[in-house]
Amino acid sequence: MTPAAAALALAALVGVSAVAAEIPFADRKSDYEVMGPDIRAMQDDDTANPGTLWVLDGEALWKRSEGAAGKSCADCHGDARVSMRGVAARYPAFNAARARPVDLEQRINICRTDQQHATPLPFESKELLALAAYVGRQSRGMPIEIADDERSKPFLQAGRDLFNQRQGQLNLSCAQCHDDNWGQKLAGAPIPQGHPTGYPLYRLEWQSLGSLQRRLRNCLFGMRAMTYAFGAPEYVDLELYLMWRARGMKLETPAVRP
Amino acid sequence: MARALINVPAKAKRGDVIEIKTLISHTMETGFRPDSSGKLMPRDIITDFVCKYNGEEIFRAELFPAIAANPFIVFSTIATESGSLTFEWTGDNGFAASGSANITVE
Repeated sequence: MTPAAAALALAALVGVSAVAAEIPFADRKSDYEVMGPDIRAMQDDDTANPGTLWVLDGEALWKRSEGAAGKSCADCHGDARVSMRGVAARYPAFNAARARPVDLEQRINICRTDQQHATPLPFESKELLALAAYVGRQSRGMPIEIADDERSKPFLQAGRDLFNQRQGQLNLSCAQCHDDNWGQKLAGAPIPQGHPTGYPLYRLEWQSLGSLQRRLRNCLFGMRAMTYAFGAPEYVDLELYLMWRARGMKLETPAVRP
Repeated sequence: MARALINVPAKAKRGDVIEIKTLISHTMETGFRPDSSGKLMPRDIITDFVCKYNGEEIFRAELFPAIAANPFIVFSTIATESGSLTFEWTGDNGFAASGSANITVE
């Protein structure tokens, strides 16, 4: 074997092992399947799922006129049950004006500033979570479908790189837990595959609804890594990669998790 | 008023045990948590929950700071007659919320 061929074979080998670390399609599962029957029952019953409280608030906000334009979401989008069906399953999506992908919360705020001429809602505020939960609820049960958009590719790659990059004082990457060691235990708790199928979701630990970005901050904090500010492009890239990684899986918004 | 979700079966047979589920939005601030400046945040919880079946009290609960936010209370009763169930939550800072549901007993 020539040195060039050997190098090529080695590169192929490295390439293969890097791909093999990703979870095979058939083995992917939502945390829903891992958690206990009592929490599953809570998620499945709308009157027991605390996320419903936010969904109902979101429904009221959807119809409320806001900002200098005096328009409500419904004035442009009509009945969310029709117009917002499947939308959350496609986010983060590329936004031409921002020249990068934006997540659902950011998209709602773009509507607020550009269409309603209102102030953007702060991240993790009750109102923004409520609207995101209401919009997300309309896609419940639909498969996650991240568009195969050429313009999004560099951001998807950035998200994938961040997922595989060791960081923080513990020198861990997301992939080491969620690709390589899912199903094992970390301090007694099962390590999930980390598919963002139900955001915004109600975490019993939070005693509140929270966004995917909040969850990502949790992980970074646990790795003793630097957290980013809410809305940071790094989070959106990571969200994009995670949603792409969960493509085809069913949306559960608003999910309940321990 | 706080948002509350009530789940009572619409129909039941006389003598059946029915399950009643209630969920209400409330922070249930314990009074033991400091805010970002280190000062304790004052207690703000629901203290009492009462359910009446056609005016007669059938279930009562006292709530304490260790109960999680958005209290989810599930209990059962025997379906005796058609009518309405009323629910009342009261708490700190004059908190009051109520709701009702109808049931048909055959």
